[in-house]
Amino acid sequence: MNFKLKVWRQKDPKTKGKLVEYKATNVSPNTSFLEMLDVVNEGLIAKGEEPIAFDSDCREGICGTCSLTINGEAHGPDHPGAACEVYMRRFKDGATIVVEPFRAKPFPLIKDLVVDRSALDRIVQAGGFVAARAGSAPEANATLVPKQDADRAMEAAACIGCGACAAACPNASAMLFTAAKVSHLAFLPQGQPERTSRVLKMVTAMDAEGFGNCTNTYECEAVCPAQISASYIAKLNREYAVATLKKKAG
Amino acid sequence: MIGNLDARIPHGALAQKWTNHKDHARLVAPNNRRKFEIIVVGSGLAGGSAAATLGELGYNVKCFCYQDSPRRAHSIAAQGGINAAKNYQNDGDSVFRLFYDTIKGGDFRSREANVYRLAEVSNLIIDQCVEQGVPFAREYSGLLANRSFGGAQVSRTFYARGQTGQQLLLGAYQALCRQIAAGTVTMFPQTEMLDLVLVDGHAKGIITRSLVTGKIEAHAGDAVVLATGGYGNVFYLSTNARGCNVTATYRAYKKGALFANPCFTQIHPTCIPVSGENQSKLTLMSESLRNDGRVWVPKQAGDKRQPAEIPEAERDYYLERKYPSFGNLAPRDISSRAAKEVCDEGRGVGESGRGVYLDFADAIARLGENTIRERYGNLFHIYEKITGENAYRRPMRIYPAVHYTMGGLWVDYNLMSNVPGLHVIGEANFSDHGANRLGASALMQGLADGYFVLPYTLPAYLAPQIGKRPSTDRPEFREAENGVRTRTEKLLAINGKRSVDSFHRELGLLLWDKCGMARNAAGLRDALARIPQLREEFWRDVRVLGDGEALNQSLERAGRVADFLEFAELMCTDALTRDESCGGHFREEHQTPDGEALRDDENFADVFAWEYQGNGSVAPPKLHREPLQFETVQLTQRSYK
Repeated sequence: MNFKLKVWRQKDPKTKGKLVEYKATNVSPNTSFLEMLDVVNEGLIAKGEEPIAFDSDCREGICGTCSLTINGEAHGPDHPGAACEVYMRRFKDGATIVVEPFRAKPFPLIKDLVVDRSALDRIVQAGGFVAARAGSAPEANATLVPKQDADRAMEAAACIGCGACAAACPNASAMLFTAAKVSHLAFLPQGQPERTSRVLKMVTAMDAEGFGNCTNTYECEAVCPAQISASYIAKLNREYAVATLKKKAG
Repeated sequence: MIGNLDARIPHGALAQKWTNHKDHARLVAPNNRRKFEIIVVGSGLAGGSAAATLGELGYNVKCFCYQDSPRRAHSIAAQGGINAAKNYQNDGDSVFRLFYDTIKGGDFRSREANVYRLAEVSNLIIDQCVEQGVPFAREYSGLLANRSFGGAQVSRTFYARGQTGQQLLLGAYQALCRQIAAGTVTMFPQTEMLDLVLVDGHAKGIITRSLVTGKIEAHAGDAVVLATGGYGNVFYLSTNARGCNVTATYRAYKKGALFANPCFTQIHPTCIPVSGENQSKLTLMSESLRNDGRVWVPKQAGDKRQPAEIPEAERDYYLERKYPSFGNLAPRDISSRAAKEVCDEGRGVGESGRGVYLDFADAIARLGENTIRERYGNLFHIYEKITGENAYRRPMRIYPAVHYTMGGLWVDYNLMSNVPGLHVIGEANFSDHGANRLGASALMQGLADGYFVLPYTLPAYLAPQIGKRPSTDRPEFREAENGVRTRTEKLLAINGKRSVDSFHRELGLLLWDKCGMARNAAGLRDALARIPQLREEFWRDVRVLGDGEALNQSLERAGRVADFLEFAELMCTDALTRDESCGGHFREEHQTPDGEALRDDENFADVFAWEYQGNGSVAPPKLHREPLQFETVQLTQRSYK
């Protein structure tokens, strides 16, 4: 297969970036999208041009490192899945493919297709945990957790922290990311003692990072590689409202 | 330079060693802990849990990782589960049995005392993770669920769908985040350790390079903890993440830390087969699939029919045939070699002929598709993404791939290397898995080391070190920093013709061929002749574009591949010197009449710990041996029949 690529190249945050055209020729349909970029990079190196910088690590959809917007879609056309799980058989031979970074104001660009997503870490640092010191835990089966609750917690906990939700959202909202962590811990008995303070702190941190609000466009759910349901955003809003009332009531 | 290799194993009965050791270990008082700075390199299950726990205790911790967030460490990709001796299934499990299975699974090449301690603390890990909110699978009663893994006849594996590593890592990451917010841990993401700094023979600091700005920095600490994972990527193609590398442990080796058993590498039996020459990594299909999947190949060599067209009588369920009591759950090394063997006979499936079937038809008929989807849905999904095939309808094709490395830096019972102050935890050390790791034991070891072992053993080193942290102004730091800077500049200045990846790929193919699932003396000698040539060519002809003062992914890889090109030689030297077969180290010269690994306990019941003497072409590494003392278990020929 052959493709025409238009790839975002930007030397550093200060320099202006632009789309640059490259050709990807003789690509096997069983090549992954990132491997196709590897081959293009090998060609660039051979010509003495600096290769395209892009992030990836596990290349099997779980680490959340890869962060490409392919033809305007966060993680490309093969939902649910991360960009590293897109294979060239998904594209038409001869197609033009536009490759851009995840774009959201709280994700400043570092170089080419690489962005800084440390804002997501700071939201978790604000309260996305159970304060359980090592060594302090009771016997694991002492607290029963109904299977249904454990399953729902797991569904929310599956978030890979890639930030596609914010990149796809017209408001650059990270509500789905935050909702997933708040919900995961709210479903479990171990998450109860800090339930109120957790949601208040995480939402405050999310706003402070400059992420926008949710206006129900559902783009986040559409691109989420972990299939986190947008209904968790409704849950986040409920958790937040209840926590605010509780706080007011003292 | 290095005296006797003393593992400092506590006296007393096996089951009492850890308790006695803790009862008498030195402590650091709470008001003194904040006077110490601990450097932790790596943020996976071992590093993340250690950094968080040391922070909770009140130490000041600096934690470094090459990823852009500590949550992305490669532990996240572990699928199947984590072992613990809870015996919740009432099926006869115990601490002793988990210990015994692990020692036997490792083909009697690990330390009894370390492995017993691992089994002992396994239960605490489950308690801790549940309390953190790890959403383990549960039964309808609300109790924790278990499944079986290879090399055991009990169900002791706890799991969170096919994403157990992810959930455990997020637990550790969240604990780490809490400490970052509390100010006890300072996190340095996208920062790579490029050298270890010794002051008066003690590990007192590291040199790092920021992967974003290229800035080279010195960090001083009272102790250094390496939790930098394994070196499977020396093979280029492996199930490891692209960034996994040997650099931190190899740099420590070059500063005098002993590297133990580097030839002990694990080839995992169930991975998606290689499909093309541009492939950049291999993907694991969890061993847990062997709970319900049946492995087979056609009986006839060259049978190219579709799997559904091959009748039952013409299929060879070779694991069930050869190992009736463990069947499809035979340990990894044995299952991998069995797959290689049937493919070598021409009975492999798929285009390349390097593949076997993992068939779920019986399980789907027995349990229904929904149950199978609930258990392994995400794995079937990954499989379909990569191969374009639906494994609910036709059997998966799988083949062994490099997955884990049992070898690593030598450590004593306190997880300290022979270099005072340098501690090594998780996959980066060598200590618990012998010559073959059992499934669901890597997660157990990483978390055991980080949550429950290192926090108890580190004070033994720290207590007398109070006030001895050097300043980074000392010449030792300047010298190491200059070394890193010179090397970076050298890589950028070569401007040859070949890309970094082309060298890495060539090295990987060579090792897979000569030092992979089966090894022999002639092949290893070939590799040992070829590696120095390849290394020389690399330093003459590699092309690294761009500069050192910015994000430069070619430069990052070049540094790692340069270390792999040296480390590969150490690995092959170890494989050649260990003139026996054991676990995953299969020397073709040494096999039983059935083709199983044949150990030589008289001559090789030792840990091989190598001391750096200069690159192979200058001086071969010096071998130190730690004899393994088996006081409790009887060494036997492993049998899973």
